[in-house]
Amino acid sequence: MKIHEYQAKAILAQHGVPVPRGEETSDPGDAPAIAKRLGTSVVVVKAQIHAGGRGKGGGVKLAKSPEEAERIARDMLGMTLVTHQTGPEGRVVSRLLIEEGLQMTRELYLSLVLDRAAGKPVMMASAAGGMDIEEVAAATPEKIAKVYIEPGVGIVPFEARQIGFAIGLDGPQVNKFVKLATALYEAFVATDASLVEINPLVVTAAGELLALDAKMNFDDNALYRHPDIKDLRDLGEEDPLEIEASKFSLNYIHLDGNIGCMVNGAGLAMATMDIIKLAGGEPANFLDVGGGANAEQIRNAFKILMSDKNVKAVLINIFGGILRCDVLAQGVIAAVKELGVPVPIVIRMEGTNVDEGKRLLKESGMNFTTADSMGEAATKVVQLAR
Amino acid sequence: MSVLIDKSTRLIVQGLTGREGTFHAKQAAAYGTTVVGGVTPGKGGTRHEGWPVFDTVHDAVKETAGNASVIFVPPPFAADAVMEAADAGLALVVCITEGIPTFDMMRAMTFLKAHPSTRLIGPNCPGLISPGKAKAGIIPGHICKEGRIGIVSKSGTLTYEAIHQLTRLGMGQTTCIGIGGDPLIGTSHIDALKLFADDPETDAVIMIGEIGGSAEEEAAAWIKANFKKPVVAFIAGQTAPPGRRMGHAGAIIAGGKGTAAEKMSALTAAGVKVVKSPADMGKGIQEVLGR
Repeated sequence: MKIHEYQAKAILAQHGVPVPRGEETSDPGDAPAIAKRLGTSVVVVKAQIHAGGRGKGGGVKLAKSPEEAERIARDMLGMTLVTHQTGPEGRVVSRLLIEEGLQMTRELYLSLVLDRAAGKPVMMASAAGGMDIEEVAAATPEKIAKVYIEPGVGIVPFEARQIGFAIGLDGPQVNKFVKLATALYEAFVATDASLVEINPLVVTAAGELLALDAKMNFDDNALYRHPDIKDLRDLGEEDPLEIEASKFSLNYIHLDGNIGCMVNGAGLAMATMDIIKLAGGEPANFLDVGGGANAEQIRNAFKILMSDKNVKAVLINIFGGILRCDVLAQGVIAAVKELGVPVPIVIRMEGTNVDEGKRLLKESGMNFTTADSMGEAATKVVQLAR
Repeated sequence: MSVLIDKSTRLIVQGLTGREGTFHAKQAAAYGTTVVGGVTPGKGGTRHEGWPVFDTVHDAVKETAGNASVIFVPPPFAADAVMEAADAGLALVVCITEGIPTFDMMRAMTFLKAHPSTRLIGPNCPGLISPGKAKAGIIPGHICKEGRIGIVSKSGTLTYEAIHQLTRLGMGQTTCIGIGGDPLIGTSHIDALKLFADDPETDAVIMIGEIGGSAEEEAAAWIKANFKKPVVAFIAGQTAPPGRRMGHAGAIIAGGKGTAAEKMSALTAAGVKVVKSPADMGKGIQEVLGR
């Protein structure tokens, strides 16, 4: 799960990571008062969307007066912000963070993420703040300082010092960095985060270290024990169909094609998308209905697929194993009858009683096409979607 | 032969008294697996479906001489169950549970390092099966056939797909191992390939990967340097959009890394026959074996 910058900064501040003073608002009329409260000669107005690259897209602007802050806020709220992470459709800005302006001497990069190969969190830092870490990693990997953290021990001061000196901080700054890095790790662990990224981490003219930007992602599997973080979910940032699907515990990702897919298992669902593409079609979605694929879930899945007006044909690929295909077929027939699915449906299913399942589909008098293999199913559905 | 499980496996089911545990314990027993008992804390001393139930894995091992366990325990308690099984000295621990928090798993992995005689399969996996001998997990036995092909896969139903294709073509399997789709797993593709390398009855291997992480690239490097048997690989997620978690917690292209294209080219460069279509895994094996 993703959250906004202002929410991430609030969490980090709670754990002792220094962040700039600022306030969040969705009303441009608040901007002058916030600017006055902050009291700096310059304030920064930042669009709050779940995507990076906001500065280049016009989502971060400086205001030299409370009036200018209001003008900028009025322009920014409601605008569609397009960045390299939003896709061409962009995101509508409905919240702003207004922060104090700072004099800074350096911009650094700092992050914590799980390293899968090591099975440990890794803290990464670089002297090239403000840049995408992927770009730095590709161009000058030697400029990235890394330390792997023992999960049972946590970050140890010498590890933080190693990183601090490696990115060119001086003695007094390194002492501050150790505190900041320790607080950052505490926030990471306490919230079951999967990523914390501070880009840039700045050194101010006064020699202070501050998280000028903050991004936090959380482990979806651990949200059950963090109701406070779950509450930070912003549905306005998500695809409406995906929100609907999540209510039915369906794993659904909306894509741009016209062939709806309904599959059991994440790997088979990805593979079904792949084979549709190979057959010359475009998948409209990823959808894993889960291992059971019971009648209720199939009905829910059809509801979601049919809400996507681009869908011209549906491919159902269920490898049940133990699942009974006759029961599956009955579920599909009942759902299609009830919901009136107006597009052709290709069904490939494996499991017990597969012949009986096929007979039921054939005798239902509805618009079903059956297939014996994934390859055959993909070819058929691509033809039907044309 | 087969790897990891066979007729000598004595299986303990952690979470036996739950719905999934009960169902799959019966399936495993019906397949011919020696299921010796179960563990459900608080229900020790009772019997369930004829099997003795114990409060701790230690008790179960002492009383039944179990040597492997399969875990059907809900996500908040599953990492705990893994560590308990390792502490009881079991050689093989198969964790089916999906949805374990990453930090819980990180701690469990650290714990496992101190228990090197325990091999963990999973979590978030369908388990494994040695056709005609035994199974631990949820892979349906009736689609399998005894034979000479090994399978190692990050995905559950895609494993079934591979088994089904092989069986339809008349080729059986030595052992099929679902290693799981989580970012942190106990047994990697390389670990499984090492087992197949040493198994004289495995002639070739189907390796199924997914987007995310770099396990497939690491496997490619290892295969190139060490593995003499033919490998057919399929990577799921060739059409997956970046930055989205595709169902499995580990299946995500992050920062431009972990794409199917990178994995496929690394494997091809290592001499692996990479099939683009998931429908061609069985055919691929026929081709590499010249059948």
